[in-house]
Amino acid sequence: MTEHASKQYDLDLDSIRSRVLQMGGLVESQIRRALEAFGSGERALIEQVIAEDHRVNAMEVALDGDCSQVIVKRQPAAGDLRMIFAITKTVTDLERIGDEARKIARMARSIHERGAQSVPLAVDVRHAAELAIAMLQRSLDAFARLDADAAAEVIAADAGIDSEFRSILRQLITYMMEDPRTISMALEIVWIAKAVERIGDHAKNMAEYVIYIVKGTDVRHTNPEQLEA
Amino acid sequence: MSAPDTLMSTELMRERKVALAPKAQVSGLDFYYGDFRALKSINLTVYEQQVTALIGPSGCGKSTFLRCFNRMHDLYPGNRYAGSIVLHPDNTDLLSREVDPIEVRMRIGMVFQKPNPFPKSIFENVAYGLRVRGEVSRRRMAEKVEQALESAALLDEVKDRLHQPAYNLSGGQQQRLCIARALATDPELLLFDEPTSALDPIATASIEELIHDLKKQVTILIVTHNMQQAARVSDYTAYMYLGELIETGVTDELFIKPRMKQTEDYITGRFG
Repeated sequence: MTEHASKQYDLDLDSIRSRVLQMGGLVESQIRRALEAFGSGERALIEQVIAEDHRVNAMEVALDGDCSQVIVKRQPAAGDLRMIFAITKTVTDLERIGDEARKIARMARSIHERGAQSVPLAVDVRHAAELAIAMLQRSLDAFARLDADAAAEVIAADAGIDSEFRSILRQLITYMMEDPRTISMALEIVWIAKAVERIGDHAKNMAEYVIYIVKGTDVRHTNPEQLEA
Repeated sequence: MSAPDTLMSTELMRERKVALAPKAQVSGLDFYYGDFRALKSINLTVYEQQVTALIGPSGCGKSTFLRCFNRMHDLYPGNRYAGSIVLHPDNTDLLSREVDPIEVRMRIGMVFQKPNPFPKSIFENVAYGLRVRGEVSRRRMAEKVEQALESAALLDEVKDRLHQPAYNLSGGQQQRLCIARALATDPELLLFDEPTSALDPIATASIEELIHDLKKQVTILIVTHNMQQAARVSDYTAYMYLGELIETGVTDELFIKPRMKQTEDYITGRFG
């Protein structure tokens, strides 16, 4: 992209974009630590994830404020307008992902406080979570490189996580029917799996914003065939 | 490279076009200041009762283009037109040698960057075109003047001092007086050449509001340096650069998703 006549405008936009990526990095590490805590039950790690969430929230507020400043000072148009618009929405999704990480940490805390010897379907949940993290990474990457094709792949990948979630849910139902004493823990695992599924949804939203930035088309609420057209 | 009239390509355009009739059709318009070719093969459709904005950097030819519509270039020797500007519904080619420029200016009014009232009373300013046209009935004249002032949203402010000098009015009021003057002869097309660049934000807002109301009765072509203004007041926007029409589109789309990179660079404030 050619430079703006105003260097400060370029600096402002660059700064906002790089901080969106930083926020994405922080959110990703929050999910990773929450999952690690889910596996290990390490108390300090759980508390750290919960405590760090405020940093994610603060970044959302700061980035939205900076986007407002750009709008009021520069009246962005065309690609710049789409970028600013997409960023304010992206940070909302990132903040929600942060909330899901905190939720996973809280559920991990109750599961381990229960003193469970083994956690059913932990491997499946971790597998779904790896898919969700990969989606998030690829969305952020597509945002950084303004790559609409990569973004379209992320959108397509979301169906995989959705089906993983349904499969985990089915298995947990069987588990609960076989041994009602596991119901409480199974429900907590459902919450974790649901949080993972939501992370995939947010990553998909972010990929949709990337397509909006690059192509100017709003692909939210369209089916995959329309997306390819 | 000159873009053809690309208005038809957008979906929004198709939706709207059902109800739209062309008011003026510009085809292959070239304009020369002596040897200098200031306009290069311009093609543009101006739709009836719609506002079309011309944007582009200084020297891109947008004012030159606007002035072709009322043959203002005729006033200077060495200027030359090629191509046509056909005014509908009677298919008059405004650039044809057989067409009298005075007649053209009765049908096409113009408002300039700086308010330029005549050193006469408010009433006489508005009545001027009617007198040129040969109106003799005082009653009809008074009615017409009042109507034009009303349409220009100025009547309430000046009705008790119609015979005071126009120079006593504020800048914004003077500009609305010039609009009333242009409206008095019932033009079909109104040309605005940066009509608010000399006005404060409040006066600018009132002129923009007026443009919005006026399009019910007249087709409007406006040149503006202020892109937000183009986005606010116009239905269609045409981007010009170095004498060429680069892109034309529905305003709501052009400022969010221009088709041409040159347009994008201009409206986002980038070096071309």
